[in-house]
Amino acid sequence: MAVTSNNQSRRQFLLDMAKTACGVGVFGLGLGLYTRQARALPPTAIRPPGALAEADFQGACIRCGMCVRDCPYNILELARPEDDLATGTPYFVARKIPCEMCEDIPCVKACPTGALDHQLTDINKAKMGLAALVDQETCLNFLGLRCDVCYRVCPAIDKAITLERTHNVRTAKHTMFLPTVHSEYCTGCGKCEKSCVLDVAAIKVFPVQLAKGELGKHYRLGWEEKKKAGESLVAPEIEHQYNLPEGFKYEQGPGLSGEAVAPHAAPAAPSGAPRALHGDKL
Amino acid sequence: MSPNGKIGADAVLAKGWLGAHKWLLLRRVSQLGILALFLIGPWAGIWIVKGNLAYSLTLDTLPLADPYVLLQSLLAGHVAEKLALVGVAIVIGFYALAGGRAYCAWACPVNMVTDLAASLRRRFGIKGGARFSRATRYWILAMTLVLAAASGAIAWEMLNPVSMLHRGLIFGMGTAWAVILAVFLFDLFVSPDGWCGHLCPVGAFYSLIGKTSLVRVKAAQRSACNDCMDCFVVCPEPQVIKPALKGAGKGIGPVITASNCTNCGRCIDVCSKQVFGFGLRFNNKVADNAPRGETAALGNRP
Ligand code: SF4
Ligand code: SF4
Ligand code: SF4
Ligand code: SF4
Ligand code: SF4
Repeated sequence: MAVTSNNQSRRQFLLDMAKTACGVGVFGLGLGLYTRQARALPPTAIRPPGALAEADFQGACIRCGMCVRDCPYNILELARPEDDLATGTPYFVARKIPCEMCEDIPCVKACPTGALDHQLTDINKAKMGLAALVDQETCLNFLGLRCDVCYRVCPAIDKAITLERTHNVRTAKHTMFLPTVHSEYCTGCGKCEKSCVLDVAAIKVFPVQLAKGELGKHYRLGWEEKKKAGESLVAPEIEHQYNLPEGFKYEQGPGLSGEAVAPHAAPAAPSGAPRALHGDKL
Repeated sequence: MSPNGKIGADAVLAKGWLGAHKWLLLRRVSQLGILALFLIGPWAGIWIVKGNLAYSLTLDTLPLADPYVLLQSLLAGHVAEKLALVGVAIVIGFYALAGGRAYCAWACPVNMVTDLAASLRRRFGIKGGARFSRATRYWILAMTLVLAAASGAIAWEMLNPVSMLHRGLIFGMGTAWAVILAVFLFDLFVSPDGWCGHLCPVGAFYSLIGKTSLVRVKAAQRSACNDCMDCFVVCPEPQVIKPALKGAGKGIGPVITASNCTNCGRCIDVCSKQVFGFGLRFNNKVADNAPRGETAALGNRP
């Protein structure tokens, strides 16, 4: 009988093992899916300088908090379980407290794993995120007023952010200074977002993958290609032909027809009254 | 069991209260001391140790890193910087000597939580509950490693109660307390020694590191055992005691060689007959302590 009971207990053992393995497997699957989800970094959470791409970062960061400790401005935090990003990983919220872009980048130096890439030695090359002027309806500069605060606080002023001048159509006699971010130089430090004077910032820093568009891989910009090749790629370069009805002229500017263009005819103001009374306030 | 039914009462009579709680007290000093070293920085600005149990830097020179977390990181496809690897080597070296699961008994903060659950269980006589295999932890360990490789993320850290508690105490708890409470209630009502003894993959990993560790508990005076069973009751891994304590007749030496012994020393504390003591894995001769002598010829067990 010993044989049967041995067989039985072996069968029981295998059954128990299979049960455990299945249970653990299902549990693992759930955890795996959950981890997948946490990979979508929420837009407000910005990683410290030098952080690897999000997917790599989650395999590299051991959640030790050394970066948090060595940041002299205490801007970094470790995500708590209830936060929307991988538990224990470091982040900061620009609107709360932005990165001061320390020259010696102590957070990167402190990272024992290289989850913050030690290759980053020039903080101006950091890509924590990318600023974007997301609301043109409330940005004071877009309203034609002068605020410029985001522009002036930017550590890479005139490189990462510039004021592009355009005509103010509403007043017809002023210039608008539109804050414009240049991805090549923006480090994503978040100082602009932090200091935007509005109740809710019109300029915000997002993780790069959220803020940055991407041209189709096949896309070529004619003028760039021309510059690269040193000559037009269409040979011979064809002169544009205009086939306009007799007496008509292109008014779009001198670029096309080469001819001087008559100034755009302003809609005739109702006679007599000064301009200011017709809604053209400053 | 001791005459008045209280575990360890005989030991208190025989050795005095201090003598019967020596290793428990030392262990609490170690657990709280380690925690204090981590906390004194953020709380008082005295930076002796920075970081947490995943990685720490002591006095800006000594790196210590958790090999289990770094193994997951490696499987996820990332090779850490040198300092972390040095830290791993130091930690593995230490626990390979001191007994892998000494980590569980002497360093891990969750141990205090599960110890509390276990002692309440004993005090209020909460019996029974779900029982499942102690091998489950190895399945979970394997699962976490496979998951790290498959997902490219250190997925287990999303809900590892061990790092959540330690990190939470040092960097801010958030809702991590709920996870710890769950572990506590699980041990108290659902499964005796459920977390540390059956599920925790961290403990499983350290038990593998300590497979051949030097420091071991030894039932050196096992012939004096009066079968009070107190050691079995207090031990979080009672299955490890039997071979060493009762195996003389089967030719098994007195050293507790099972790597799941946590080297907590509670068995030493609660034994009124001074059967147990710390020792080295060598000198595991059956003859040492088997006055009957008949099994001496079987010699050393590895
Ligand atoms: S660069 Fe300086 S301020 Fe910015 S996160 Fe690193 S340590 Fe903190
Ligand atoms: S120091 Fe590196 S590994 Fe540690 S929390 Fe910061 S990024 Fe993660
Ligand atoms: S985030 Fe804003 S302040 Fe910082 S570099 Fe970019 S544009 Fe400048
Ligand atoms: S600080 Fe805000 S409101 Fe002012 S210019 Fe910049 S984005 Fe516009
Ligand atoms: S055998 Fe003794 S030292 Fe080992 S776990 Fe049990 S009580 Fe602790």
